[in-house]
Amino acid sequence: MTLASSKDAAVLAGQPNTTSPFLHFRDLGKVYPTPKGPYSVLENVNLEVNAGEFICVIGHSGCGKSTLLNMVSGFAMPSSGEVLLHGVPIKKPGPDRMVVFQGYALLPWMTAYENVVLAIDSVKPNLSQQQRRDIAMEHLEMVGLTAAANKCITQISGGMKQRVAIARALAIRPEVLILDEPFGALDAITKAELQEELLKIWNTQKCTVLMITHDIDEALFLADRLVMMTNGPAAGIGEVMAIDFPRPRNREDIMEDPRYYELRNRALDFLYNRFAHDDT
Amino acid sequence: MVPIPSPRKDSNASPLGWLTRSSSNWLPPLLGTGGFLLLWQLFSMSGVIALPAPSSLFTEERTRTLIFYPFYDRGGLDKGLFWQTLASLSRVAQGYTLAALVGIAVGITIGLKPTINRAFDPLFQFLRMVAPLAWVPIALVLFQKNQPAAIFVIFITAIWPILINTAEGVRQIPQDYRNVALVLQMSSRRFFTKVLIPSALPYIFTGLRISIGLAWLAIIAAEIVMPGTLGIGFFIWDAYQQNYVGEIVLGVIWIGAIGLVLDRLMAALQNYISPGK
Repeated sequence: MTLASSKDAAVLAGQPNTTSPFLHFRDLGKVYPTPKGPYSVLENVNLEVNAGEFICVIGHSGCGKSTLLNMVSGFAMPSSGEVLLHGVPIKKPGPDRMVVFQGYALLPWMTAYENVVLAIDSVKPNLSQQQRRDIAMEHLEMVGLTAAANKCITQISGGMKQRVAIARALAIRPEVLILDEPFGALDAITKAELQEELLKIWNTQKCTVLMITHDIDEALFLADRLVMMTNGPAAGIGEVMAIDFPRPRNREDIMEDPRYYELRNRALDFLYNRFAHDDT
Repeated sequence: MVPIPSPRKDSNASPLGWLTRSSSNWLPPLLGTGGFLLLWQLFSMSGVIALPAPSSLFTEERTRTLIFYPFYDRGGLDKGLFWQTLASLSRVAQGYTLAALVGIAVGITIGLKPTINRAFDPLFQFLRMVAPLAWVPIALVLFQKNQPAAIFVIFITAIWPILINTAEGVRQIPQDYRNVALVLQMSSRRFFTKVLIPSALPYIFTGLRISIGLAWLAIIAAEIVMPGTLGIGFFIWDAYQQNYVGEIVLGVIWIGAIGLVLDRLMAALQNYISPGK
């Protein structure tokens, strides 16, 4: 996807402000106070994200990926600079920036369906009960959970929990979907299935996605751009790599594309040579 | 060769077979309790202890009547153990219900507000160490009347485990759940009913279960302040003052049994409402 076409997408999506970028990280920095003095996690992060873009963030542990996304969701506030959505600084969490939490964060005393409906009830209380029901079932169907809708969270597998979490997040129609290593704990087959489902849903809903991953292949399959972070302390964006395979994507086609290995090697080189983790 | 216990169909079906196979469940408690009663019997009969022997509960006229006719009613305080227990239970129910309501409400408040918790925690930790009997004179001064004083003693004994466990349950709500509520901008009411209460429920029930035992334990202390009223606590106190030792023993066994039943009922309720915990 070229820059021009994604700008078109922003206009088509009816964004109110065309002069400022959809999501803007401006001179962003985060410092945590520690007993040994202030510890700078992120420094001088600048990035513009277009509406409807799929962004993956990659980097070694402790490079502040989660902190970066927490400042979009509003769970953390910047120490310097700001994160602007439609040109307005983000101050607190809100349903326009829904999070798929790392540990799923589903309420275990409820069924899959009840978890999704609770989110819709909280965010869109004006809809009729029938409408809320339909939206919940529609999104559970998208992630293939129609049959398991009335199962209790404690009775379903990790992959199914992640599906419920995604259904819950998308059911409230967020502008930005934030995923913190969503598929890290899943087996390879479930992971591939879920990646494809996520892409399919994203293709229909066209929300902006920010996703943390540790998996280069996952990023190459999903993202429009891959943001590669330098190592902490005082981490920043080392390089932003555009991944312009045509969409809708097909895993086999992409892997046959010679550019796939070019991009993959570039990412590997960044992570393991230029910014290798000095864990010695 | 080691014989493998094969679950044969016929031995499964016969009650005798079941009884034999489950003997490891019922045999030790039976031997333990039986042995204890036997020792007690021997010690009493040989005069080592002044307590009447367990068999005397059946041989003695007064206690035998009480055992075999729990529903008798000769007017006044001369009533069967069933009526004595019923009076005590309704007293406990009042004090305990009050303790549950106040304990859960205050517990949630201090669980949600660390400042309020810091303000009152030393006081709570101090008050919960005061024995039920010590509350009796205070309760009498405070209320001047017997009935509210007795209920207050039960209330003040039972409230602490409910309060402290509820507060802990609220503090233990996983940050993930709070974050979900934050990002969805849930109303406080929805957070309360959909997240807070279900999440803290196992803790609340732990408190309620500990407290039902304590409330029942406090019944003797509570009824000592109520001379001339019907109730198992005063029944024991009265028996002691008139030196009916057999009645005291019977009353204590009766209280223990009721306490056990209350605890089991609470455990069953806990299991029914939040299974798997």
